[in-house]
Order: sequence, then structure tokens, then C-alpha cells
Amino acid sequence: MVNPAWKFTAAEIAEKPELFTSGHRACAGCGPAIALRLVMKATRGPTIATNATGCMEVVSTIYPYTAWKVPWIHTAFENAAANASGIEAALNAMRRKGKLQTHVDVIAFAGDGGTFDIGLQALSGAAERGHDFLYVLYDNEAYMNTGIQRSGGTPYGASTTTSPAGDLIPGKTQFKKPIADIMVAHDIPYVATASIAYWQDLLIKARKGLEAEGPAFLHVFAPCPRGWRYDTSKTVELARLAVETCTFPLWEAVDSEYILSPQSKIIALKPETKKPVREYLKMQRRFSHLFKPRYGHMIDDVQRSIDKRWNKLLKKCNILPRE
Amino acid sequence: MEITQEQKAFALNGDEAIALAIKQSDVDVVAAYPITPQTIIVEKFSEYVADGEVDTEFVCTESEHSALTACLAASATGVRTFTASASAGLALMHEILYVTAGCRAPVVMAVTNRALSAPINIHCDHSDSMVERDSSWIQIYVENSQEAYDSIIQAFRVAEHPDVLLPVMVCLDAFFLSHTLENVQVLPDETVQKFVGERSIPLVTGHEGKNVPFKLDPANPLTIGPLDLYDYYFEHKRQQEEAMQMAASTIVQVHDEYGQLSGRRYGNGLVDAYRLEDADIATVCVGSTAGTTKSVVDTLRAKGVKAGLLRLRTFRPLPIAEIRNSLETVEAVAVMDRSNSFGGNGGPIYHEIRHALFDAQARPHVVNYIYGLGGRDMPQSIIRNIYTDLQEIRETGQVNSYVQFAGVRE
Ligand SMILES: Cc1ncc(C[n+]2csc(CCOP(=O)(O)OP(=O)(O)O)c2C)c(N)n1
Ligand code: SF4
Ligand SMILES: [Mg+2]
Repeated sequence: MVNPAWKFTAAEIAEKPELFTSGHRACAGCGPAIALRLVMKATRGPTIATNATGCMEVVSTIYPYTAWKVPWIHTAFENAAANASGIEAALNAMRRKGKLQTHVDVIAFAGDGGTFDIGLQALSGAAERGHDFLYVLYDNEAYMNTGIQRSGGTPYGASTTTSPAGDLIPGKTQFKKPIADIMVAHDIPYVATASIAYWQDLLIKARKGLEAEGPAFLHVFAPCPRGWRYDTSKTVELARLAVETCTFPLWEAVDSEYILSPQSKIIALKPETKKPVREYLKMQRRFSHLFKPRYGHMIDDVQRSIDKRWNKLLKKCNILPRE
Repeated sequence: MEITQEQKAFALNGDEAIALAIKQSDVDVVAAYPITPQTIIVEKFSEYVADGEVDTEFVCTESEHSALTACLAASATGVRTFTASASAGLALMHEILYVTAGCRAPVVMAVTNRALSAPINIHCDHSDSMVERDSSWIQIYVENSQEAYDSIIQAFRVAEHPDVLLPVMVCLDAFFLSHTLENVQVLPDETVQKFVGERSIPLVTGHEGKNVPFKLDPANPLTIGPLDLYDYYFEHKRQQEEAMQMAASTIVQVHDEYGQLSGRRYGNGLVDAYRLEDADIATVCVGSTAGTTKSVVDTLRAKGVKAGLLRLRTFRPLPIAEIRNSLETVEAVAVMDRSNSFGGNGGPIYHEIRHALFDAQARPHVVNYIYGLGGRDMPQSIIRNIYTDLQEIRETGQVNSYVQFAGVRE
């Protein structure tokens, strides 16, 4: 639900100053850059941001330039959540000693590599300790900054530079780690998935994450034309198709209770509108080998895994009966 | 300034002395992860937190990597921070040690020097901190728990000095100091608080051309830790080297000011020379071995042998001039290293002492003894043998072996 006080209409959002400004050096059609810009539009007051190493850190801060209009710090790849822990601890200490009167929000940004893989320990620790911060995972499904290597967030079948589609092995043979569910299992106050294709939903969820008291986790689906091999004009279209095929369903878990978001709920209520994953895969050259006859069965594998995870989600959301 | 009369003596081990110094130093954020033999520091401090004796934010992280990261980020937010570690924990921090210094975050850390694995060993040697000597952290090695207490308090002043802005490691020997009770003279809380003062934040030119405080401040946004390529990175590293040079004079000045307050001094803060003025032969070491060595020196002196000792208190920045001035008139010098540079022909202190003496007027013979790895005891008998070797070198002018292992089964 849009709270009118949040001023999240298109006109109001256009008026709001950019805190992640243009002029950064992301590629044309960069999904993660859209994600960051939108999240920063959802801020509610004084904010400190931190970023894991990765594309967004690199493109936004080449010294002496910066795209950031909020205080921002990068320290390393695997520790965005630990940065946030330290900043939050400092703010608490200042408040306790009467040196800080206002509330300051803390946002940590990290890619899929910095979250599913190398940063998971720091994230889990920070979530367990209950620091008050919003963690934004911008998921472009590979290590893009270092040249499109596979991560725990890379989907099954995708060809990357460390899971190349070869004559013997057809791209990545493992499925994507259900990272948002792992965060729900931490019993933190707010977890949500969002997509750059549904900007208002993303803004609302970012704001809810900021307002939650304690750790909040926002998993943003953010296509990368460079790594996924598609035309730069198709970023938003692809992101939408990921939701329409239930490859990346949109939901929230408030105090660990799952709720389907409107865009996915429509599909749940009208299952015939759910698009086949083939449509989504065929737009991206990272999956092109799957369309050769010898790997055709893999598209069925992908579809089966999507259906399985989707049904599981519908049960968690009480749309299908739980076993 | 008058020496504070109302100091109280407490029986404390090195770890407890450090926890107490932290309690008195108005530290805002402590983030740490336990590892033997540093644990007592963290446990003791946790008790202060649990009993409401401090208003510090204590973050008990899930790893040392996150502990130092949290201190760095908190420090960048403008507050005073402390952590403690050793051995494997310090090694896990390795990446963030460089980042902390590069972000110019004045974090203070206690390192209870412990051997590195494998084989796993919890006892004292200096391998863990010596390997970090190039990380742009100031390194102070203490001789006893009293000095550990005093040095922690001084460390905040040094680290946070606007000309320095570098992190500081205060290194103490595992178990010999960390776990051994000693009478420690403790200053009153207010005296320490007044001495450390509020952390001052220097102004820097921000991206919008304004002078802004060097911290993460929503009123004055700064980008800290950006991508920095070949067009600026080199200058930033050069600035770190300049800060290290400034650190030397700052250590001396802060040490002197503290000396006036407490009545306690450790040489000039950089080096602590013992009976060196007219010495013919001398040893060089860091840490608690200096205490044992002093007593050997006294025995030798009583017998008419002109023996001396140079203890390096500060290893980074390396006090080149002090080393040269103290040792260039000595004829034979033995450097005692409690760590080894495998394949490097001797230990790190040996390399640096030889380096410092290369341009000396009269260059002494300099030999090296690797000792005490994994907590092996360094008794007076071994130190006496080292001085005997030095006498022989002095008399014959011959060095048979430059690098030896002392106290090892061959
Ligand atoms: C400890 C460490 N290991 C490896 C790297 C190299 N590295 C930098 S960014 C990166 C990948 C980032 O991937 P992701 O988090 O998905 O962000 P993206 O670049 O895709 O935005 C890697 C492997 C590093 N900086 N630090
Ligand atoms: S490689 Fe991908 S994620 Fe990185 S800047 Fe380019 S489009 Fe964005
Ligand atoms: Mg990525």
C-alpha cells in the first residue's frame, strides 16, 4: 500500500532530489544503477550508505568524482553488512552520549557476489545481532565487475566466464540459492523481493525496510545487459518478464509472514496468465545454448524448478493449502 | 603538569590492564571477536558493559574480519573505536588492516602476540604482528602490563592526532603479559579522560569544494573509500608515508606528556635503551624479553662486561635515527627475533636493524637469534650465551654464523 505521506507518485518522485546522481559510469541499460537510484528516492531523511566492492561501487566513485549525495563508504567486498553494523553502532554511541539528536538511516548495497557468496557470513552476523539497517542486494546474477563469473545467485543453465557453456558442460549446473528465504529464516522484521520493472513497489518496499526497526533485507532483481547478453533497451522488459514468468516472484515477509505482492498475486489468482520461462530465456544470449536440440531438456528443468519454487511460495503465502 | 599522586596499584594481568584502559578512555565503539590469549580483554570489557560501567557500544561480531570492519566504519562515522585480536584473528583481519589505514581511520587495537598456525599453537611469538608491519599501522611493543595500560591510553592520542590519522597496534606478549598478574599503577578515570580528550575531526575539502569534517556526516556528505586509480592512488599512499613520519614525533610528544602526568617513561617512546651509553656489546629486542635481558645485563655489568640492551618500543614507524645513534658505537650487536622470515635469512627486526646501521659511521657486527617460537621460554641462560657469543665476536672480529636459532633442539 502506498502511504500518501511518502509521496511516491511519479510526479512526486520526479521532484525529489537525486541522491544517486547521473554521470556515473555504469553501462547503458544498467539494471543495478536503476535499483540504486530508486532506493535512494525512497529515503526518508538523513542517511548513510555503504557499498560492497562490485560494479556499483566502481562506477559511482572513481576518485575524485562521486555520484553520491549522501555520506558513503566502501571498505571491501565481503563486509557491507559489517560496515553497516559499525556505522549503526557509532550512531547509537553518539546518540547515547547526546552528540546526535536526529535519526540517521543506514543502507548497505551489495551485489549477488557480495551477498550470496563472500558476504553471507557478515550479513548473517549483522542480521542475528539485530542492527537497524536496510540491506539492498542488487542481483545481476553474476560477478559482473570482474567479468561475468558465476555466483551462488547465477541461475541454472546460464553461461558465465567460470561456468561457460562448453561441449561437455552446458553452463551452470546448479540452481540459484534462495537467498531471501535464508534471510527470512533469520527472523528479521522485514524481507522483500522487488524488481526494477515495478518502481513504485520497489520504493514502497525500500521505505518499509527503512522504517522497520532492526535489520531489513531487500532483494532487487536487476538485469545486466553486459553479462546477460541482451540489447540495452530491454532491461526493464526483461525484469518484468522475470516476474511474469515467476522466475523472480515479488513478495514480502513481514515478521516472517509471507505476503505475495500485487504483480505476482495477479498471476497466482489467474494461473493461466503465467508466461512460460522459454520466453524469458530466449531474450538472453547467456541461455542461447539451451535452445540447441541437445540441451532442450534443460529448459524443461528450468520450468520445473520455477514451478516448484512458485508452488512452495504460494503455500507460504497461504494461497495454496500448506501440507 | 604535576605527577598525579593519587594513582592506585591494582594486581592486573596485561589483558585486564588493557580492558581497564579502554574503560577509562571514553571509547564509543568496541567491536571484537574472541581468540586466546586476547579473550580476557573482550570478556572483561563485556562485564563492564553488562554492569553498566561504560556507555560504549559493544559489538560482538561473528568474525575478526567483521570486527575490524565495524571499527573502521564506526571510526569513519567519527567516533573512537577499539578492537583486540591475535594470531589467526589478526591474519583474518589482514585485508581490512590495509583498508583501515588507507581510509585513515584511527582505530586502536591490542594484539596479544601469538604464534601462527600450523601446527596450531596458542603461545607467544611475534609472527602475527610482524607480518603486518607493512600495513601502515603504527606498532608499539610493550615490555610489561604497566606499559600495556599506559600505551593504550597514549595510542588514542597518537592515532587521532590530525597530522597522523593512522591506526595503532599495541602488541603484548601472549601469556607472559596477557595472563600474568602484575602490580599496575592506574590513573584516576578523570585524569585519563582529560588526557585522551574528545576525538578531534580534521576538516578536508569535500567534493563540493567546501571544507567539511572528515567523517560520514549526513549534513556534509563525503565519499570515503572510492575507486582510486593510477592518477591519484600513488599520492594517497605517499600521504600515508608522510603520516607515518609525523607519527614518530607525535609518539614522542604524547609519551612525554603522559610521562609528566604519570611519572612513567619508556625511553623516549620510540626506543628504550638500557645501559647502552658505553656498551661494547648489545642485544636488541621487543616485548617482555627485555625484562629478562635487563637482569642479564646487570649481572654482566657487575662482572665488568660492558653489555647493554636496546628495546624497540615503536617498530612502526621504525626509529632509524635512534637505532643508529644508540648502536653505532657498539662493537657487536645481537638482534633477538621472536619470529622468522622463512627463507629471508633472519627475522624482521634483524633485517631492519642491519638496514638502519648500514650508513652508520662505525658499523658494528650484527647477528641474529631466532628464539621463543610458539611460546618457547627464553631463560637468562640463553641470553647469557648470546652475550658470550658477542664477546667472542668482539674479541676475534670474526662472525661464524650470522643467523642462529636459540633454544631449539637441533
Ligand atoms: C576478497 C575479494 N575477493 C575478490 C575480489 C574481486 N572482486 C571484486 S568485485 C567482484 C565481484 C562482484 O560481484 P557482485 O557482488 O555480484 O557485484 P557486481 O560486480 O556484479 O555488481 C570480485 C570477485 C575482491 N575485491 N575482494
Ligand atoms: S556490467 Fe552490468 S551491472 Fe555492471 S555496470 Fe555494466 S550493466 Fe551495470
Ligand atoms: Mg553481480
